[in-house]
Amino acid sequence: MEKESWVVEIKHEFHKLAPIKNKIIRTHFLQGFQNLVGIIKLKNLNLQGFGNLAGEIGNHKMSKEIYINETNCITPLGFDVESNIEAILRGDSGIQLHSDISLMPNSFYASIISDEKINRTFSKISSETKYSRLEKMMILALAPIIKNSGVELNSKTAFILSTTKGNVTALRENSEENFNNAHLDVLAKNVANFFRFTTQPIVVSNACVSGILAVSVAKRMIQSELYDNVFVAAGDEVSEFVLSGFNAFQAMSELPCKPYSKNRTGVSLGEATSAVLVSAEAKNSKIKVIGDSSINDANHISGPSRTGEGLFRSIQNALKEAKIEANKLDYISAHGTATPFNDEMEAIAFSRLDLQNVPINSLKGFYGHTLGASGLLETVIAIESANRNMLFESKGFDEIGVSEVVNVIEKNEEANIEYFLKTASGFGGCNTAVVFEKVK
Amino acid sequence: MTQNKTYIQSYIIIQNNEIVLNGTSVFKIEPTDFADFSKQALRNFEIQYPKFFKMDALSKLAFLGSELLLSPIVSSEEENNIALVLANKSSSLDTDVKYQESISDKENYYPSPAVFVYTLPNICLGEISIRHQLKSENSFFIFDAFNAEFMSNYSNILLNSDKADKVLCGWVEYFNEDYKAFLCVIGKEEIEKYRDENINTLYNK
Repeated sequence: MEKESWVVEIKHEFHKLAPIKNKIIRTHFLQGFQNLVGIIKLKNLNLQGFGNLAGEIGNHKMSKEIYINETNCITPLGFDVESNIEAILRGDSGIQLHSDISLMPNSFYASIISDEKINRTFSKISSETKYSRLEKMMILALAPIIKNSGVELNSKTAFILSTTKGNVTALRENSEENFNNAHLDVLAKNVANFFRFTTQPIVVSNACVSGILAVSVAKRMIQSELYDNVFVAAGDEVSEFVLSGFNAFQAMSELPCKPYSKNRTGVSLGEATSAVLVSAEAKNSKIKVIGDSSINDANHISGPSRTGEGLFRSIQNALKEAKIEANKLDYISAHGTATPFNDEMEAIAFSRLDLQNVPINSLKGFYGHTLGASGLLETVIAIESANRNMLFESKGFDEIGVSEVVNVIEKNEEANIEYFLKTASGFGGCNTAVVFEKVK
Repeated sequence: MTQNKTYIQSYIIIQNNEIVLNGTSVFKIEPTDFADFSKQALRNFEIQYPKFFKMDALSKLAFLGSELLLSPIVSSEEENNIALVLANKSSSLDTDVKYQESISDKENYYPSPAVFVYTLPNICLGEISIRHQLKSENSFFIFDAFNAEFMSNYSNILLNSDKADKVLCGWVEYFNEDYKAFLCVIGKEEIEKYRDENINTLYNK
């Protein structure tokens, strides 16, 4: 058909829609016109006078399907996903005993990346010396996925950086320059400019849910058609600042952390960066993101709700959006910080949702608690779990130490994983749950 | 995702020892420090909330702004699905610097958990959630300046995807006595008064 006749006939259809005021009938028509909008774009038709209407129809599109297409992570266990998975399968942990009085007066367990390895690896991609340690770690996480993806960093490509404390170590030495560098927008700009992103970076700083919340923010922005692709990077460092803080809370474990175990006494801190590409493009996708929610406990700023209310509701909402029942979940990558209250709260929330038999792990035994990075890092590992049909052990676990039944994964085992859930909870009463589906 | 139009329902600006609610100055005092200003404001509006005095300045600022916007619309009888979407430039740096001072001097090393907890910008969202019992979506963003476009887009996403019935959205910036809060409630009902406004024009008022 000639262009003109397409235009004539589509306009004829649009004329029917124009006068319809009733919302329900209008919605019916809008849905019916989805294909026409595709044709208008495809054939580059000029529908003079109907631009707004075409826009309305375009915007009405049913929620786009969202995927994660690229993943990477920089951790003490390895500087790419493959080496991390190999280490996990071997049962290696990044948590080691450290004696460094510039970090803590006493020796402590933490999962720390060697400076030498960061600098050596960074020097292979850039000779610039102006970047902070965390910036180098973030750039190293992002560089290969930006390259592999082939995605153009244009106005439809966003960059989200998530972190809790960013370059807080800059505050150790009091100077105007250091103070400026401690700003999270400056950190984001430094990383964004390295890659020449053309859109303004978005920083998500929502305590320990930051990394996974950033995936959810990316999904939402793509579904509302603001962007086609969103690169998400998450990272946090082990610093004197956070070590002393968790220690002041008496939340640090004297031994490597033991999530969900009877003898757990608190967290081991860790550091890592991780990066993913969230996209509407199904080609080359690793996993589909099908539901998400972040609900506050409205209970306490530094302790989780006793009933797990916020987490319970977050999971419930995420499952509802995903349109699956709780019993469809094959695996939960939980938060499991190994503090007595957090793990107990999670067990209660999972039990309220009848998730007590779903295999669950916390990866904190491998990486420590990497704060704002944890949600994204653990998602990257969980995606591998799903695609390899392999449940990874919840390292550090021995004897169950929560009041509700939870099915903690004790050793690596094969299992079919179609759907999995990632959760995180943090200070300020925040919780995030995201449901993923394996791409068929 | 259906893109329905959303509307500003009410807004508040707190800066320079003054609180302007929906365009009207409702509280203004002679120049003083923020701690004093916020305390006097609390007294002026007869807000009984002892927890307020434990908060850091950023949380006090966010609390005050949200108090005047949410109190009239939050019902104690039913659930209120009002999402919180706040942002700023300085994150929690005002408290971060204070906390860093408490650990920098090894002779005088005193890290306090009560200070440490406020070294996260989203704690103010927790404070507002607790005050109004909002078990709702909440997220804190950082930008180098008020990003009206993002804030309004993100609020619309929450409304249009039915993740929230209303959104309390805005900017709460505090560092070393320099402060500005701009908060507004966005919802689906059309409000005549602000029909021609957007969050950018109101922020700059």
